[in-house]
Amino acid sequence: MSEPRADDTPLLEVHDLHVEFRVSKRVVQAVNGVNFRVSKGETLAILGESGSGKSVTFETVLGILESPPGFITGGSIRFRGQDLFALPERERRALCGRHIGMIFQDPLSALNPVFTVGQQLSEMFRVHLGLGRQEAEKRAIAMLDRVGIPGAQERINDYPHQFSGGMRQRLVIAMALAAGPELVVADEPTTALDVTVEAQILKLLKDLQRDEGIGLVLITHSMGVVAETADRVAVMYGGKVVETAEVNAIFESPAHPYTRGLLASIPNAEETTDRLVPIPGQPPDLAHIPSGCAFHPRCPFAQDICTHEIPKLQWFDDGKRGSACHFYETLMESV
Amino acid sequence: MNAHTATSEPLLEVTDLKKYFPIRKGLLTRTVGQVHAVDGVSFSIADGETLGVVGESGCGKSTLGRTILRLMRPTSGTVKLRGIDITDLSDTALRPYRREMQIVFQDPYSSLNPRMTAGRIVGEPLIIHNVGSTGDREARVASLFERVGLPADSMAKYPHQFSGGQRQRIGIAKALALNPSLIICDEPVSALDVSIQAQVVNLLIDLQQEFGLSYLFIAHDLAVVKHISHRVAVMYLGRIVELTDKKSLFTQPLHPYSEALLSAIPVPNPKANREGRVILTGDVPSPINPPSGCHFHTRCPYATDRCRTDIPALREVKPGHLVSCHLHDEGMRLPLARPKGEPL
Repeated sequence: MSEPRADDTPLLEVHDLHVEFRVSKRVVQAVNGVNFRVSKGETLAILGESGSGKSVTFETVLGILESPPGFITGGSIRFRGQDLFALPERERRALCGRHIGMIFQDPLSALNPVFTVGQQLSEMFRVHLGLGRQEAEKRAIAMLDRVGIPGAQERINDYPHQFSGGMRQRLVIAMALAAGPELVVADEPTTALDVTVEAQILKLLKDLQRDEGIGLVLITHSMGVVAETADRVAVMYGGKVVETAEVNAIFESPAHPYTRGLLASIPNAEETTDRLVPIPGQPPDLAHIPSGCAFHPRCPFAQDICTHEIPKLQWFDDGKRGSACHFYETLMESV
Repeated sequence: MNAHTATSEPLLEVTDLKKYFPIRKGLLTRTVGQVHAVDGVSFSIADGETLGVVGESGCGKSTLGRTILRLMRPTSGTVKLRGIDITDLSDTALRPYRREMQIVFQDPYSSLNPRMTAGRIVGEPLIIHNVGSTGDREARVASLFERVGLPADSMAKYPHQFSGGQRQRIGIAKALALNPSLIICDEPVSALDVSIQAQVVNLLIDLQQEFGLSYLFIAHDLAVVKHISHRVAVMYLGRIVELTDKKSLFTQPLHPYSEALLSAIPVPNPKANREGRVILTGDVPSPINPPSGCHFHTRCPYATDRCRTDIPALREVKPGHLVSCHLHDEGMRLPLARPKGEPL
């Protein structure tokens, strides 16, 4: 579809993205300058709590943001170097449908209850690859088999409700991968699943990603999922990326007080201390984001400057890491 | 955390508790089957102790909590509170015992009445049980608000004006109002953000130490359960498959399901050793027609013919460590080494 590109062009590059929601007279800044990039064969985890703007970022990247009330007010998203916002809607849809796969949190609501598994999966091959009915069905069976659904030949005549939760998520993954995308974006793909099934699905995603060499963006709130799957991490808070780094660095020497607080607050299944160290206060209400650094009311290191000056994402370690904290250097020294 | 010795009778004693839900169909609402939600569960909880109950969706852990509270009547079995059998008491006779047992629900959004102020919600149990004068009750509510870390001026606010973490504090204050001995916590932190979960877990631990509360702590998050519990029961399809102190469970699980469950937890450490991880195949079977014999045999890497037919009893295989698995019939067998070369 396009020219071969230089290897250093990232697959997906989100630059200074701003999204707001306008509801009657209120304006809610959901995404407030988000930057990240994903390369081929890489897993980027976007880590954030509710209201961090991670799901809105996901919807914007995939072009499924409901508008109104959502409006993109700034920034750019480039896929293989091509500015998605500059493309006409039709072309954008064709490009995204063919090259970007999406996986939702709740597989049941991502599937159509009145069509069989086979119909829904074959449709991907017919629409995006232009295959005929029989060929599409053959590919659908192969794909179901690929994602580990036993008896694929028979199961394609089932309806989604006849599948268990884990199998539905496998089906959704099969649909996301059907057109042979280069990038897959998954929003909390295992949150609705049980622990033993979660482990299966994470392994499947990792295996598929490695075998197909796709870029994977995994949106999650779970430190465990991040540690299990990610190569790099972008931590979001209050509609911004506050820290980004390679996964080991995030866990070993977090460069933002929020990341640090998150790590301290999770009970570690490997060792127990009597008290957890929570982050005080509440995550910000996006309609009333605190001035300056959005994290300052909860931050143990906050100084005067944090209350009025918004910290920029500053790059260090040869541009491999970034932190949006005025005092990241001091913080790093005290690790 | 102190160990609990069985010197006196336990606070709560549950024996062979069963709760089946009939499945009705057709014009005459014939019963065509039964959901075996809780299928013969026995355990006890001592004063000041936390018993964690873990298991995946559909294992019956929430039904267990509700049946103990008599929010639903058990199909059979007994529930004893301080030695008194409360299973078949009439609603009136049950009332004084209800004060002793309270519940904190998972979802702080749907479990608080949106039309009542927070102060009214917390004070309602006092009104229902006719405790004190209006003035006493107001003072009690104010002290409860303070104790759970809610601002005093928030008593006049409505639930929607609070954040998720604060709502859960309201739920906890309400559960504390009548000075209960036992609080059943049904997934109390799983709807909360990670950074807020720790606040609520710490609060629950503090309250336990201050008031000598016992908790039945139901959750699917093993890390949280490990943090808060003294002993842990692992449930699978309505039955307890393993019951022991948390240290034994987390260092040496004896049931293959516990082993798989522990090994499946995503570890928040990218450098953790993930070799030898047990990944089960398939999903939890339906509790409508649970597998014969040991419910877990369909997913168990060690299952033998016997597991398909005989139900293993929950037995003590080493002091304080109960497990229901035929593997340990001839005494404890460790490690649970799976047959060589067989991938899971």
